[in-house]
Amino acid sequence: MLTAIFLPLILACFIPFLSKWKDSIHTGWFVLPIPFSIFVYLITQVGTQFSPFERSYSWIPSLQINFDLYLDGLSLLFGLLISGIGSLVVLYSVYYLHKSEQLGHFYVYLLMFMAAMFGVVFSDNVFALYTFWELTSLSSFLLIGYWNHRKGSRYGALKSMLITVFGGLSLLGGLLLLTIVTDTTSIQAMMDQKETIINSPQFGWILGFIFLGAFTKSAQFPFHIWLPDAMEAPTPVSAYLHSATMVKAGIFLIARFLPIFSLSEWFFIIVSTVGIVTLCWGSYMAVRQTDLKGILAFSTISQLGMIMAMLGFGTKIAVFAAVFHILNHATFKGSLFMVAGIIDHETGTRDIRKLGGLMTLMPITATLAVFGTFSMAGVPLPFLNGFYSKELFFDASLHLKGEGLAQTLAAIIPYLAVFGSIFTFVYSMYLFFGTFRGEYKEKELPQKPHEAPIGMLISPIILVLLVITIGLIPELFNSALIDHVAEAVKGEPMEKHIKFWHGWDGTPLHMSLIVVALGALLVSFRSYWSGVYKAVPGALSLNKAYDWLVDRTEKYSSTITNGYMNGSLRRYVRLLLIAILLGTIGTMLLTNGLALNPTDVEDVTFPEMLVVIMMVLAALATIFTNNRIAAILILGVVGYGLAILFVLYRAPDLALTQLIIETVTVALFLLVFMHLPELRKRHESAGTILINASIAILFGAMMTIVGISSYNSKWFEPISDYFLETSVKLGGGHNVVNVILVDMRGLDTLFEITVLGIAALAIFNMIKLRRKKGAKE
Amino acid sequence: MEMITSLLAGILFATGIYNLLQKQLLRIVIGTALISHGAHLFILTMGKLKRGNPPIIVEGVENYVDPLPQALILTSIVISFGVTSFLLVLAYRAAKTNDTDNMDELRGNENE
Repeated sequence: MLTAIFLPLILACFIPFLSKWKDSIHTGWFVLPIPFSIFVYLITQVGTQFSPFERSYSWIPSLQINFDLYLDGLSLLFGLLISGIGSLVVLYSVYYLHKSEQLGHFYVYLLMFMAAMFGVVFSDNVFALYTFWELTSLSSFLLIGYWNHRKGSRYGALKSMLITVFGGLSLLGGLLLLTIVTDTTSIQAMMDQKETIINSPQFGWILGFIFLGAFTKSAQFPFHIWLPDAMEAPTPVSAYLHSATMVKAGIFLIARFLPIFSLSEWFFIIVSTVGIVTLCWGSYMAVRQTDLKGILAFSTISQLGMIMAMLGFGTKIAVFAAVFHILNHATFKGSLFMVAGIIDHETGTRDIRKLGGLMTLMPITATLAVFGTFSMAGVPLPFLNGFYSKELFFDASLHLKGEGLAQTLAAIIPYLAVFGSIFTFVYSMYLFFGTFRGEYKEKELPQKPHEAPIGMLISPIILVLLVITIGLIPELFNSALIDHVAEAVKGEPMEKHIKFWHGWDGTPLHMSLIVVALGALLVSFRSYWSGVYKAVPGALSLNKAYDWLVDRTEKYSSTITNGYMNGSLRRYVRLLLIAILLGTIGTMLLTNGLALNPTDVEDVTFPEMLVVIMMVLAALATIFTNNRIAAILILGVVGYGLAILFVLYRAPDLALTQLIIETVTVALFLLVFMHLPELRKRHESAGTILINASIAILFGAMMTIVGISSYNSKWFEPISDYFLETSVKLGGGHNVVNVILVDMRGLDTLFEITVLGIAALAIFNMIKLRRKKGAKE
Repeated sequence: MEMITSLLAGILFATGIYNLLQKQLLRIVIGTALISHGAHLFILTMGKLKRGNPPIIVEGVENYVDPLPQALILTSIVISFGVTSFLLVLAYRAAKTNDTDNMDELRGNENE
């Protein structure tokens, strides 16, 4: 299984070389053996005797993050789908993509995606699962944007990326919570702690986060909007990612956690509501589309909704029907996408309004489409697999029980199921008859249509053969595979539902007949009622909401950023100061940091007061003077005042340094002042002055209070006694300050010298290196 | 006295910040100088004022003021001198190059 995950990745590294080296051979041929050999390996596992097995490979053991791989029925089914349809898609793409395309890129992305999907379905470790989950988002993004010169591709890729990564991150949140609650990273180990999970206070969050991840990935309402735009991808990609594999990752996730979550009644309520709404909305919207792939995209959405709803029902029969439909949907939808691709390839358009009457021109394609569309519609014919799963779906919807909200829901669901299925029938028929029957519009087609090459037809033929085989002998698939899958999902043996497809009489069949009858009526009279689409989706379009949201987010964030980042340094300083003020004052108030009880203070003496008053006056004068020489000299007064204070407070070294430095500084100021532009009176509005003044005064007051408070809350003795005692003994000097500077804390001084040196060099360079006027900035 | 020097330090901060918020480059440099004065005074005050003799060891004298804040301030004075002189020359060069010392006119290219 580890090989299955990493083989595609390893090959992906060589693809670019292969595609350059052998450009006469289509690169796809090199890729084809990989999914096929994995498929062969997985098919050997299938059988009635299958039982789950586990492998573990270390990755980050200290964080409990390992490649724990687990193969049970569910992952086997998905593994088969990924490798099987993967092989067919690669084969199809060999004929679909021309050699002039950038094939290297295409197959690297595709292999990356394949490996990621294998990783998702085989992982037992939640973090490994998440890693691969995001890798599928990423590779899907690359594949959707494969024709990156098109605007639509880029838009679709970005949209799917934003939505699925949003869901992916929320999934990570859910998985993290699960890990915290259960103290394990293995999904199987979590199964043993169902009660702990259900009863934990975080259960609501876990449920919400994981559902969000699953619903975004599986394009459930209202997150389905990325899927139709993802149709900009090449058709093989749409067939592979957006019908069979990636969009089922969310289904897989729900199915994987079903034994845990279904113990809660919210599981039923949320999942089946979302599923049934998605089913109805998707099938309703599909009828409106004019693009073949658009129809198929909405049809995928609605079918996924149906599977999701069945998982939500959580009963044995529903789970069985769900996994059965996963297989069925992958077969017929894959073939339909390929048919759409063939039509696009051979006629040059996918617009259903331009197509018509292709039956005689493309007989094989038309035959394939018959099986695909009729199976999708659930037409009651014994050789169509879609019919069986639809019958099971109706049957499951009729056997729902619950209390309160769940009961109401259980009563409505059958009607909604029929409603959704009617529209499914309508769009399926529209898809077939609109394309292959009716008038042949030769003039509107860009190319003259003819039957596709045989290579392109192989893959859809195989898929359609599967549709028929499953339809004719479902028993074969049930006992060998589907049973195991349902057992793995539900966590209980499934024996008694094995033959449930024999429901030829009873309500489900009546429901199917109603669907066919009403559907046929609606198809025939489509032109009479299609006006309804002008009214409803226009106002309800979720794309508009998405575009609005993205647009608004960009606008508002740029408005906000431009609002405070206006380029004015003064404003930034103001904001910083206000933040400091709020932070400090807030902390002081919250922690009871005020301590205003002046004890243990020195007496106030007259000479000191004199100096202080002088300094206060000088400091205030720097503000009010408009003469810059005066301002500089007054600043000197403050500095000298400080030097006098140093003298008074027994700090001879400080006083000396302060005097010298103040002198040099004032000299420098005067020097620079000569070269500054003429003094102009700067007009400031009264408001600005008020704001600046209040910030300054508040800040000064805050510093005073901080000073007084911290002075009054001394918690321990200073360490200076040590310096005083050891200065002579250890340092060999009597001047303690100097001993501290060069001996005890000499490192400070070293770097202080460095600072001065750097400043000197910088000043030198700033004066020396001049850029000529007009030179390029 | 410590209360009064705290107040003085506060006033130095307040005037310094008011100067910092002005438009003229020179005023901003004056503001930073005032703020560093305030900070030095602050450190000195926190180490208690005037409790004894200057920290120069003399035989027979027991009582000295705290030497550590003084060492810290000395380092700080030198560093703030370095920074102030750098700022001054920067202001001078900026004014020369841009023909203005008005902060509101000195903005990044993309804001013009």
